[in-house]
Amino acid sequence: MISNLINRKIVTLLKVQYSNMLEYRIEIALWAISGIIPFFMLNIWTSNNLNESINISDIMLSRYFLCAFFVRQFSVVWVVFSFEEDSLMGKISPYLIQPLNPFFRYFAQHLAEQITRFPFALIIALFFFIFNPESIWIPNLVIFFLSAISTFLSFLIQFLIQSVVACLCFWTEKASSIERLLFIPTLFLSGLLAPVVSFPDHVKSWIYLTPFPYLIDFPANLLSGNETNIIRGFSMQIIWILLLFPAFKKIWSVGTKKYTAMGS
Amino acid sequence: MNLKKYLKVYTKFLHTSFASELEYKANILIDFFTAILSLIGSIFLLTIFFQNNGIIGGWEFKQALIIQAIYTILNGITNTWFNPNLTEIVKHIREGTLDFVLLKPIDSQFYISLKKINPSGFLEIILGLCLLLYCGRINQINFNFSFITLSLITIICSICILYSLWFFISTTTIWFVKTWNATEVLRSFLYIGRFPLSSFSFSLRIFFSVIIPIAFITTIPSEVFLDQSQLWQILLEGIVATVFIFTSRKFWLFALRFYSSASS
Repeated sequence: MISNLINRKIVTLLKVQYSNMLEYRIEIALWAISGIIPFFMLNIWTSNNLNESINISDIMLSRYFLCAFFVRQFSVVWVVFSFEEDSLMGKISPYLIQPLNPFFRYFAQHLAEQITRFPFALIIALFFFIFNPESIWIPNLVIFFLSAISTFLSFLIQFLIQSVVACLCFWTEKASSIERLLFIPTLFLSGLLAPVVSFPDHVKSWIYLTPFPYLIDFPANLLSGNETNIIRGFSMQIIWILLLFPAFKKIWSVGTKKYTAMGS
Repeated sequence: MNLKKYLKVYTKFLHTSFASELEYKANILIDFFTAILSLIGSIFLLTIFFQNNGIIGGWEFKQALIIQAIYTILNGITNTWFNPNLTEIVKHIREGTLDFVLLKPIDSQFYISLKKINPSGFLEIILGLCLLLYCGRINQINFNFSFITLSLITIICSICILYSLWFFISTTTIWFVKTWNATEVLRSFLYIGRFPLSSFSFSLRIFFSVIIPIAFITTIPSEVFLDQSQLWQILLEGIVATVFIFTSRKFWLFALRFYSSASS
């Protein structure tokens, strides 16, 4: 009965958000294009033979960056910006009355957006293969399944981090600058611009304890068939989720108690 | 006479936007940290690229740092002036408040491009300048008058090109209403301005110098700074900048003919 209700809610939310997202197809296509930074990075790596130092062949590196592109496409989160806008505009108040945590709404929004973006990402990948035909490969089903899960876990970690930051809106009104601050380590340490194996040793000694390599580097390595520690990857992802979820619940309950709608 | 009026108006703009930005003091502090971290991250990425053989596309590390410095300065300028103003165009058009701008007895492009400033970009400009001075020392450049004027001219040309690119995209809002993601695409393309143009493959080099002249923006000023540039490059940059500024003006006036306010 209860699970039925939850199912219905989730399906409805997804449907609503998906049709909403379909209205902005061009925007989402542009967004997909804006994620092609990994390909520029790949270009630098291969045009300068930088991969010699890390013992990865050109082909494996191009697969890595293609996978990094895909993982990024399916783990981008922008809760902070939605939540900040909604809370500044006072839209949060009606959401709070409803018997559903508003973050479910954002969650559905993100999932719907990912579904809408999928065809565009495929088209970009197709172009990538036309230009780099030697890098075509088909991962086996188990690997594909595992990397889909780890991409989803990476999305969950980022969603939780951003949700915690978004809840700071209850105190500061402008949480997006904190998000921008957090984005910097995500950008440079997650493996989007350079695979984590290429980092100097003094960085590698501590980076695997932070959540960053598991956001892009781990799922991308898994999918592309590069060497990676699967057990450590999954357990670290789960540990970070288990750490972040209670933090989010706590800050949400404290924040909603503190919340006063704009103008009241 | 006219110039005097615009200067006076501009000092008023500065005054009001400073006052409103300083309301969020904690935000400015966080943005400062973001700027510093972002520079550290970029240098970290450069060291990874250079750890192999010390040369990328014919540039040494200490030379590539100059590109980084100029990129930081330009990014600071973007964050201080272009970003806050030109994203506002979208809002003006969506809410129909562009009418008020057009009715004012000053030039609409002037108003729309310079109304606001975001002071946190200043730190980036200062950081970039410090890095540039440091680069001057480690590259053993002796600063003489003609050299400084030439660098300044090329940097001003870069700023003009950068401004025009942003302005073009923002102006297309008049037709497409939402261009948030188009600016994201521009941002991700601008990202490659951190690296020397010669480090990319031939096809990308053509793309980034002919179709979107991002190459001009950072590489040519850096070459001038290193005293490695040819006269034709500087002339070409000057021509491109003039053409861009001129067309952006024409494009704005053209676009305004298609503007119909929200209620009419």
